[in-house]
Amino acid sequence: MNKARDSLGTMSSIKQVINDAVEKGKEVYEKVRQPNPIRLRDLIRQIRSAKTAAEERAVVNRECAYIRLTFREEDSVWRCRNVAKLLYIHMLGYPAHFGQMECLKLIASPRFTDKRIGYLGAMLLLDERQDVHLLITNSLKNDLNSSTQFVQGLALCTLGAIASPEMSRDLAGEVERLLKSSNAYIRKKAAVCALRIILKVPELMEMFLPATRSLLSEKNHGVLITGVTLITEMCLQSPDMLAHFKKIVPNLVRILKNLIMAGYSPEHDVQGVSDPFLQVKILKLLRILGCGDSDASETMNDILAQVATNTESSKNVGNAILYETVLSIMDIKSESGLRVLAINILGRFLLNADKNIRYVALNTLLRVVHADNSAVQRHRSTILECLKDADISIRKRAMELCFALINGNNIRTMMKELLTFLENAEPEFKATCSSKCVLAAEKYSPNVRWHIDTLLKVVEAAGNHVPDDVVSSTIQLISETRAEQAYAVGELWRHLSVAQLEFQPMIQVSTWCIGEFGDLLLNGQADVTVEETQIIEIYQKILWASQCSITTKEYALTSLMKLSARLNQEVGSIQQVVSAFGSHLNIELQQRGIEYSQLFTRHNHMRGPLLERMPPFEGVRGNGTEGEKGGIAITNGLDNSPDNQSLLNDLSSPNNNNNINSTHENNESNALLLLLGGIEPGEGDTVQAVTSPATSTINATPAPRSTVNADILDLLGLEPGPTAPSNTTTSTSPAQLSHTNNSSSPALLLDGLLNNTSSTTTTTTAGIASLSTPTANSTTLPTNNFIIPQSLSQPSVPGIVAYDKNGMKLDMTFEIQDSVTTINMLATNTSLAQVTDFLFQAAVPKSLQLQMMTPSSTSMAPSATLTQVIKVNNPSKVPLRMRMRLSWQANGSVVQDQGEISHFPPALWQ
Amino acid sequence: MTYRFTNAIRFILIQNRAGKTRLAKWYMNFDDDEKQKLIEEVHAVVTVRDAKHTNFVEFRNFKIVYRRYAGLYFCICVDIADNNLAYLEAIHNFVEVLNEYFHNVCELDLVFNFYKAYSVVDEMFLAGEIRETSQTKVLKQLLMLNSLE
Repeated sequence: MNKARDSLGTMSSIKQVINDAVEKGKEVYEKVRQPNPIRLRDLIRQIRSAKTAAEERAVVNRECAYIRLTFREEDSVWRCRNVAKLLYIHMLGYPAHFGQMECLKLIASPRFTDKRIGYLGAMLLLDERQDVHLLITNSLKNDLNSSTQFVQGLALCTLGAIASPEMSRDLAGEVERLLKSSNAYIRKKAAVCALRIILKVPELMEMFLPATRSLLSEKNHGVLITGVTLITEMCLQSPDMLAHFKKIVPNLVRILKNLIMAGYSPEHDVQGVSDPFLQVKILKLLRILGCGDSDASETMNDILAQVATNTESSKNVGNAILYETVLSIMDIKSESGLRVLAINILGRFLLNADKNIRYVALNTLLRVVHADNSAVQRHRSTILECLKDADISIRKRAMELCFALINGNNIRTMMKELLTFLENAEPEFKATCSSKCVLAAEKYSPNVRWHIDTLLKVVEAAGNHVPDDVVSSTIQLISETRAEQAYAVGELWRHLSVAQLEFQPMIQVSTWCIGEFGDLLLNGQADVTVEETQIIEIYQKILWASQCSITTKEYALTSLMKLSARLNQEVGSIQQVVSAFGSHLNIELQQRGIEYSQLFTRHNHMRGPLLERMPPFEGVRGNGTEGEKGGIAITNGLDNSPDNQSLLNDLSSPNNNNNINSTHENNESNALLLLLGGIEPGEGDTVQAVTSPATSTINATPAPRSTVNADILDLLGLEPGPTAPSNTTTSTSPAQLSHTNNSSSPALLLDGLLNNTSSTTTTTTAGIASLSTPTANSTTLPTNNFIIPQSLSQPSVPGIVAYDKNGMKLDMTFEIQDSVTTINMLATNTSLAQVTDFLFQAAVPKSLQLQMMTPSSTSMAPSATLTQVIKVNNPSKVPLRMRMRLSWQANGSVVQDQGEISHFPPALWQ
Repeated sequence: MTYRFTNAIRFILIQNRAGKTRLAKWYMNFDDDEKQKLIEEVHAVVTVRDAKHTNFVEFRNFKIVYRRYAGLYFCICVDIADNNLAYLEAIHNFVEVLNEYFHNVCELDLVFNFYKAYSVVDEMFLAGEIRETSQTKVLKQLLMLNSLE
C-alpha cells in the first residue's frame, strides 16, 4: 500500500482516497488490537504529571512496551511519532536501544520529517561502536548525494557526530566533494566533517589538503571558522602539515586585521566585537604556527600587538580574545615588549570585577611565571589580594602563584601574607600551604632567627593540619642551630604554657625541644623565668589530657624523661608521673612508662648518659631528598610511622656512613648517643662503632630484620640498624630469646646497650632476666591489667575481640570522650609465620565519622603485635557497627578477609 | 588507534536544577551507563556552586564551562587548556539563538520541542566544534528547516 501511495504522489485525489482507506483500515485494526498511539506532547505531559519516580517509571514502561509492539508489527504510519517519544524517554535516562533499527528505517524514508527524527535518533542512540553502521553508511551516502541542501546537511551533521573509522573511509570521498560545493551552508558542515574524519583516520588528511586552500579566501564566516579549525587540526596532527601551512600566516594576519578594522557588521557582532569566535580560532592557529618559529612569529608580532591594544576589555567577549592573544604571545617567539604587554593584560584581568576573568588570569600567570618571573612580580600585590577572594578556586590558584613568586627579596612580606592566609585557610589548603611555606623559608630565609620564627608560626597557624614533615623540619632546624636554641626553647615554652591542647603538632615540637634543651629554660638563657614545678604541671596537663593524641603523649613522655636529667628538684615527681604510665591503657605508652621507670631504679646510673642531648642533625640535612628522609628519621624514635623501616633502609647511604666514621672513635657513651640520636649506621660501620668482641663475630652473618627487635629499638628512640638485631642476639641466652619472641620486651634492647657499655656479659644477662619478666606479662595480656590512674576519669568500657581467625587476633579497647570513641586496636599475630603488609580497613554507617590513624607497624613476627588507633565520632549516638576488611601477607601469600563487627559494647553509645 | 580530540567540545548538557536532562549532545564515545553517570556527576558539581564561584569547574580530565539561566544549567565540557571565556560566550550566543527561536525561551519549550532544540545545537556546533556564530544565519536556516516539516 505504501508503494502505491508513493508512486501516485502527484495524483492527489487518488492519494487522498487511499490515505483515507489506510486510515480507516488502521482505525478498525486498532479498535480490535490496541489504542491509538498517544502524541509526543501528551506523553510528555503524562510523564511530567507523574508525582513519584515510581509513577514516572510506570508510565515510561507502559509506553515502551507499546512502542516495542508497534515496532514489531512494522507499523510505518506512527513510526516517526513513536521514535520521537522513545528519544524523549531516552533523554530521561531510560534504555532505548531497541529503537536503533527504527531510526535507520526513518532515515531511509523520503519524508524530511522522518529523516530529521531518524537522524536525531541515530545521533542519540548509535555511537561509533554499533554494528548497524553498514546500514547507516549507505543511507548517509545517498543523502550526501541528495539534491536538497537540508538533507545533505542532516547527513553531514550525523556523520560529524558518529563517524567511525570505517565510515570515515567510506564517506571521505563524498565529504571532499561537498567541501568544494558552491553552497556555503554545505561547505562549512563538510569542513567540520573532514575534521572528524582526519581525527579518526589521519591518513586521509592528504585528501583534504587541496580543498583547504580555498577555504581561507572565503567571505563567509561560518566557512572561515570551520576551515581554520580544520587546518588547526591538521597542523596538530602532522609536522608536515604544520610546515606546509606556515605560508598561510600572512593570510591569517590579513583576515584578523580585517576583523578588527572592519566596522560594525550586524551579522557577526557580539556586544560590539566582530566575530570573537573567529578571532579566537585564528589566534589559536597563529599560536601553533608561530611556536618555535622566529620568522612566522615576526610576521604576527604586529597584529598581536594590535589585537592586544585595540580590543575592548570591559566585557567578557573582549577578554576572551585578549586571553587568547596573551596565550599566543607567550607561546610564540615574540618580542620582549610584547610579552610584558601580555603580562600586563593579565595583571589588568586580576583587577577585573568578573571572577571568571580573575581566575583565567591567575591560571595563565601560573603557566608563564617561570618564563617571565620579573614581569609577573610587578603584579605581586594584586595577586596577594586574590588570596582573600571569595571563590575558593581563585584562592587556590593565587596561593600557588604566590609560592612561585617568593624570592630572597620579598620573602618577608610574602610570608607575612601567606601566614595570614594559612591561618584562615580551609583545612584542605593547610597541609600543602604549610609544607610550601617551610620549603620557601628554607630556601630564602634571611637569617636563622627569622627562619625559626616562621616555622613556629607555620606550625601554629596550620593547627592540626600540619604534615609530619613540617614538624620534623622544625625540630631539625632548632636542633642544628645551637646559637638559637635558647631563644627557640623560650618561645616554645611561651607557646606551651598557653597552648590549646587540641593542636598536636605545636605540642609535639614544643615538648621535643623542651625535653632536649630544658636546661636552657631554667638557667635564664631563654629570656623567660620558669619554675620547675610549672614545667611539671604543664606536662601533667598534656599527658592526661584527652584531647592529646597518643603520639603527642609519646613525645611528652620521652621529653619528660629527658627533663629528668635536666631538672634539679623535680626528679621525684617526674619519676612518679612516668611510673604511673606503666599501667596506661595504651600499650605503647605503657611500655615506655615501664622502660623509663627502670631507668630511675635499677639502671639509675645510666640515666644521665642515656638521656644526654642528641647530636645535631646537620649531616643529614641539606641535600635534596636525603635531607627530607633525614627529617623524617629524626622523629622516628617517637613517631610510629609505618614506613619507618623502608626509610631506615634508605638511610644507609654513604652520606650517613661519613657521619659514623667521624664519631665512631669517640668513647662508648657517644656510641650510645649515636644510636639514640636517630642516626642510622651503615652496615659496615656498626661493627666499628659498637666495639664488642661478641658482636663482631656475629655480624658476619647478617640476621634478617626482626620486627620485634626493630619495634623495641623504636621504643627508646633508637634506630634499628641492619646489624643491631644480630648484635643483640649474641648475648642473650635461648631462654631469654623465647621471652622476647612472646612479647615486645625492651630487654633485648637494654641488653644490646649494656653489652656495649659494660664489658662483662654476665651482668648483662642478669639484667635482662629481671627486666623481661614484667613487661612480657604486660604485653601478652594487654587487656587484663589496665590500672587507670585516678586522674583519668574516663568511663571504662570492656574491650572486645573483634576478630580471631587465620592466625590473626584483633583486640579492641575503648576510650570515650564526648561523642568520640577512640578504639585502640591491638593486632596479634597468632600464627607461626611472619606477617607483612598488614592492612586494616573499616567502614561505619553514614551518620558516623571514622578516622583511622597510622598503624604502629605493618609487619609482625610470630606472636608479635601492632597497634592502630581508630577514632569514631558518633554524634547521634546510634549503635556502632563496623565493616572491616583485613589483608596481610604470610608465607608469601596474601590473606584477605572481611566481616562485620556488631558486638561493640552498648556503653559506647549510651 | 588513538583518537586525539584536541580542543573539541566533549559534550553539551542542559539540565534543570533538579538534575533532569533537557538536552544532552555527545561528541565523544561513552556508553549509556557512562553517559548517565556523567550527567549525574555534572549535576553534582555544578549545582553546588553559587554566584560567588567562577563559571568553570575542573571535571575529571576536562573542565566544565557552565552558565545558569533561570532554572537551567547550560554546561559545555571542554579541554583543560581551552579558552574558558570564549566558550562562556558561545553558551550565551547559543542561548540567545534559543531565545529568539522559541520567542522568549523557557524550560517547557525545551521539554516539548526537544528535537528542535537539538537542531539548534546542530546548526551551531558540529562534531564538537563551533560551526556558525552568526545568530541571524542560524535562525534563517532553522526557519527553513521548519518550513520543510
